[in-house]
Amino acid sequence: MTTGNRPLSPHLGIYRFRWTMALSILNRITGAGLAGGMLLLAWWLIAAAAGPVDFALVSDLIASWFGRILLFGWTWALFFHLLNGIRHMIWDTGRGLDLPAAWTSGMLVVAGSVVLSLATFAGGYMVAGN
Amino acid sequence: MDLRTPVGRARGLGSARYGTEHWWVHRMTSVALVPLTFWMVWSMISLAGAPHAEVVAWIGQPLPAVLLILLLLNSFHHMHLALQVVFEDYIHNEPVKIAAIIVVRFASAVLAAGTVFAVLKIALGG
Repeated sequence: MTTGNRPLSPHLGIYRFRWTMALSILNRITGAGLAGGMLLLAWWLIAAAAGPVDFALVSDLIASWFGRILLFGWTWALFFHLLNGIRHMIWDTGRGLDLPAAWTSGMLVVAGSVVLSLATFAGGYMVAGN
Repeated sequence: MDLRTPVGRARGLGSARYGTEHWWVHRMTSVALVPLTFWMVWSMISLAGAPHAEVVAWIGQPLPAVLLILLLLNSFHHMHLALQVVFEDYIHNEPVKIAAIIVVRFASAVLAAGTVFAVLKIALGG
């Protein structure tokens, strides 16, 4: 049986760009990024268990300007994935699937993820003092 | 006419003996991770810039230790289920796809065991 040259169903190229499709793939991209974030969390915890010297290495890396940029990226990805996950759970109940509702909930997820990330960093800077 | 046996229908598994379990477990870990993630972010804010002694003292308390272990197990489980679907969607070379799924599953198991051990070592005063 040949399956190689069967026609494909309509794919990415024929659709006009919509924000909802960007948010859909962004859920997967942020999820993949968060898998990298789990490596940092694992390193942080194992270093804490290993002792002060190992912990200082991770701690200093996170506190560097480079570490802070990475941490902000992960924080935003975490909130985006979390809020969009809640959006998916609402969809799983059959609600909010029409286009205007999906657009509005998408914008709420984007706005919420930015606000919560900024609030998290503001809180962190207040606690740490620098 | 439904040719399935009553028990087959009750189990909800098709001929692949698989059903919706992967999707369902993925959703269950999501539901658990919603409160756990908010708690984790809140805790990380309160520990911003904290030295080793303070971090270890926090992990060593019963509630943070238990919640951390729940967060870790749910996160790594959620992670490997998700990455499996990503690999199934995008890797079209069968041996490479299977290898990638196995590597991620093993890696998530190693990371889960390693991090849970780290929490227990701190909490139980190693």
